[in-house]
Amino acid sequence: MSRFNLNSSYKAVVIGGSAGSFQGITKILSQLPKTFPLPIIMCLHRLKHVRNGFVEALSIKSVFPVVEPYDKEQIKKGGVYLAPSNYHMSVELGNYFAMSTEEMVNNSRPAIDITLSTAAYVYREKLIGILLSGANRDGGLGMKHIKDRGGLTIVQEPSECMIDTMPRAALSLTKIDYVLKTDDIVNLMNEIDKAYR
Amino acid sequence: MVTDIDINDLKRITELIHTKHGYDFRNYAMSSFKRRILRILELKNLTIESLLKRLNDSPVFINEFLDELTVNVTEMFRDPGFWRALRDEIIPDILLNHQTFNIWHAGCSSGEEVLSMAILLREMGIHNQVTLYATDLDATILEKAKAISYPVKNMEINEKNYIRYEGKWSLRDYCKEENGKVTFDKGLLANVTFRRHDLVLGEVFNKFDLILCRNVMIYFNQALQNEVLKKFHASLFKYGYLAIGSKESLIWCDVANRFLVVNNEEKVYKKIKD
Repeated sequence: MSRFNLNSSYKAVVIGGSAGSFQGITKILSQLPKTFPLPIIMCLHRLKHVRNGFVEALSIKSVFPVVEPYDKEQIKKGGVYLAPSNYHMSVELGNYFAMSTEEMVNNSRPAIDITLSTAAYVYREKLIGILLSGANRDGGLGMKHIKDRGGLTIVQEPSECMIDTMPRAALSLTKIDYVLKTDDIVNLMNEIDKAYR
Repeated sequence: MVTDIDINDLKRITELIHTKHGYDFRNYAMSSFKRRILRILELKNLTIESLLKRLNDSPVFINEFLDELTVNVTEMFRDPGFWRALRDEIIPDILLNHQTFNIWHAGCSSGEEVLSMAILLREMGIHNQVTLYATDLDATILEKAKAISYPVKNMEINEKNYIRYEGKWSLRDYCKEENGKVTFDKGLLANVTFRRHDLVLGEVFNKFDLILCRNVMIYFNQALQNEVLKKFHASLFKYGYLAIGSKESLIWCDVANRFLVVNNEEKVYKKIKD
């Protein structure tokens, strides 16, 4: 039996990460089951003025191609999306993305809190939020919003993080459902896939 | 502190602004519009009800409100590759057929892109051959754009962008620093006309060879983007150019097949059909 309490009504997985998350995220993306049933929406801190390279580096490792969506692009099953550099990325009612160049949030653009909170608003309890290693508190509030709206919350095990400020921020703001090492996050993604078969 | 706003309350706000003040935010993208309203509530220490009351009762509050509502975060030479494409491909192409031409900066905000264009044109030696129109919804920000005076702290990113644009000189050659502000040479704005213009409700007011509207329509929903793009199409001479933000696209809109993509990376389109 699965150690996770899962169902097959989820609509999306949203992942936040910053310093030290690249290794974890590539591990997760490279071991995704080919039938993974949900869109994966990622907001990772990145160099503001380097537009190219990052999405390509992730795509090489990933089972699914990783794309930086356009403003108002529909969110689709099997899509793996990355917030583009120097834009905040929101999820809108109607299941599409919206970009914005508003002020930085937590010194970040894209800000993880914005992607996570807007996704929580749209998907409510049908959202899985994962927060990985990172050096600032961005994402903590977004995880709280996911939890408050009934979504499933996971943070990377702080002892495994290169820098654990980000998962610890989430743990201090809300009751996180699972604290997992990367390998167990990979297992969780497999369990999600199985729940839909 | 208000931390979330109900959709119905957002509708009450947009309806009031529309009927009372003649601005139409009803087709703005929801999540960023909500964040802007939350920001205003926090900045001005208001509740939804007190905001509605001020919008209804005060004839001057609307200007303050618009200035906070519109997103005025911009940079000089944002996306240096785009500015290189303008200098090396787009503008030389316009010059093949026109000795003089005109440009519209739609949603010019605090003027950084207008200023970047003026510098680009001066460095190309064609500054006096070009007429520029810079418009924005927000009267307060237009005054800032006219002043071309910015906090010194903004210069770090502006200078980095200019270097990556591979400009001829140094950005510092165009401005003077005083009291924590840098003020650019007013001569750069010699051929620029600033005017208040509403992209949503405003009419087509001129024809242009090049329109820049980068990262403005991202605040609109798709239906409104579609309408505004029709106006841009109508405001361009045949074979004129339209530049939008790097994460915007024309794919979904009705006028898509009347444009040709000339630079997909930098999102520059050419009008090929009336």
